[in-house]
Amino acid sequence: MSFALDVAAATLRLGTPLALGASGEVICERAGVLNLGIEGTMYAGAFFGFLAAYETGSVWWGVPVGVAVGVAAGWLLSWFVVTLGVSQHTAGLGLTLGLIGVCDFVNRLVVSKNSSALAKIRPFGQWDPFGWGGVFQQYWLTYVTFLVLVPMVAVLMRRTSFGLAVTAVGENPEAADVAGIDVARVRRRALLLGGGLMGLAGAFITLFQVGSFTLDIVNGRGWVCLALVIFGRWRPWPAVLGGVLFAAVTALQFRLRILSGWSGVPFELLLALPFLVTILALAVSGRGARYPGAYLKPYRRH
Amino acid sequence: MKLQFAERPERSLARQVILPLAAVVVTLGITSTAVVGAGANPLTAFRKILFTPLSSRFGWFEMLVSATPLILTGTAVVVAFSCGYYSIGAEGQLTAGAITATWVGIRLGGWPTPLAIVAMVGAGALGGVLWALPPALLRVRFGIDEVVTTLLLNPVATLVVSGLLNGPWRNSTTHYPESDPIAGPARLPRLFDRSRLHLGLILAVAVAVAVWFVLSRTVTGLRARAIGQAAHAARFAGLRVERTMLGAALASGAIAGLAGMNDVAGTQFKLSEGLADGKGYTGIVIATLAGLTIVGVVGGAILLGLVKMGSTSASRSLGVPSQIAEIITGCLLLVTVALMVLKRYRIRLVRGGGRR
Repeated sequence: MSFALDVAAATLRLGTPLALGASGEVICERAGVLNLGIEGTMYAGAFFGFLAAYETGSVWWGVPVGVAVGVAAGWLLSWFVVTLGVSQHTAGLGLTLGLIGVCDFVNRLVVSKNSSALAKIRPFGQWDPFGWGGVFQQYWLTYVTFLVLVPMVAVLMRRTSFGLAVTAVGENPEAADVAGIDVARVRRRALLLGGGLMGLAGAFITLFQVGSFTLDIVNGRGWVCLALVIFGRWRPWPAVLGGVLFAAVTALQFRLRILSGWSGVPFELLLALPFLVTILALAVSGRGARYPGAYLKPYRRH
Repeated sequence: MKLQFAERPERSLARQVILPLAAVVVTLGITSTAVVGAGANPLTAFRKILFTPLSSRFGWFEMLVSATPLILTGTAVVVAFSCGYYSIGAEGQLTAGAITATWVGIRLGGWPTPLAIVAMVGAGALGGVLWALPPALLRVRFGIDEVVTTLLLNPVATLVVSGLLNGPWRNSTTHYPESDPIAGPARLPRLFDRSRLHLGLILAVAVAVAVWFVLSRTVTGLRARAIGQAAHAARFAGLRVERTMLGAALASGAIAGLAGMNDVAGTQFKLSEGLADGKGYTGIVIATLAGLTIVGVVGGAILLGLVKMGSTSASRSLGVPSQIAEIITGCLLLVTVALMVLKRYRIRLVRGGGRR
């Protein structure tokens, strides 16, 4: 019983950055923008969030800084894909490469310098608001993510005029324009909002889970979020649920590694398992997936 | 104020030559802020990164050594993108090629060199093909977006390397997480004395020329480009879109796999973690910078090879971390795509919101 509870608790922890990142990507893609900058945006949120906490000595500063860096990354991407209308593949990938380069550069310059000792901060501790222990012992941001942010994104997309406008510009920007929606503005805002969530996702990794910054810390989890969005058919809750499933596989392999019967299995194979399961899930669920109508298409008035 | 775009009536050759140069200049301008942030003089820094290496024979050869795998990854991306297959998996395919080449290379002791090299080339290409196959099949059979599936396989390849090196392939004498060295005959021969420049460069250029020939001078190439331009129209015209796309995806994987083999057999002589080091992603930058032309790929690979090699060699004396190379690479991609818009459109600043 404690094994199952243990895995469940770890699942929610590991699922938090995926839920945040996938929610952010849902907003971007519903607006018709494939945000390949997600990996770099999460990386930048992780690094600059950590840097802020490290420099100020207060881990609380890391959270707003992580979000702000994500919003800034979203703004930069919007300038390329909305204002200039360049290929979303290249702009997103360029953003990811550039941001990772900047983070590693600043990390070398400011944090790791010449010393080989790993710079550390005191990360947020776990929190148990009800005193029930087990699954309920979580970081506060995990609570906020699943009980506040994800529901808010879901409501935002379904029930608000902004959400409708996002869907409209993602499905048919010409029609949205005729209906009086400022396509560029809506897409830009979607990217800012999505970027903020991605930055927060990265900050969660350094400020809550790890307490330090190491190279390649996001390690492909941004790419996983991209897959989750397709898996969830561009809806927030199914995408987040997919993230929780991914996290469950990851949590399970961490626990299995400790069990004696599994010691012969190379754990890298188990680490690769969630990626492979995601591809498999895409193969099953992604068949005939209906992409947003204006996916990858820049909109330009004539 | 708003930016307004109006399509230019014609494209001039001058603009196509000026564009890449302008992209380099703008990129250096933007990245100089990072250099200043590190407390160095940008002019000195860029002179040391871009020109100092070219003042010696050693520097020229080292530049070509860094450029060799980039020629291959850039060409691999051109093959896939020309056919409208947006694979971002060159990084993983390169790694897979390195794995298979290592597996074969360790076992080739006592073979005659030419035969061993043919075996290495085959092994590297095969590894890349195997890694490219699942996303390609998912795309042509089920219409699953290749961008995400190819991306997801990149971290998996890294994990496979790490699993092998910490497990069965761990070096049997040093116990470091790196493979045993590959056999002597499997190593690509050096081209000159006192230089690391090896046969891989000739192989890479040969592959690039072959791809240029196929893409621009054969019916197969014409088909591939037609599909890349307009898949629907190509299908309507009776082309077998799926088959051609599968071929392009696998050829692209094979070439990326050769880049992995090139690293194992040309410079490293073993498999180690972090071998790919972003070279697959850099290939995408180069192919974009080159406008999907092979001549451009070779030029871009040499430029970015120089940046990588120059940043590494100059970082200590300058006090500028060698990661400046990655910033330059990412920035160059963004600046290039932005300038490509400028090339196609006249851009005007319009006052007063610009609403109709």
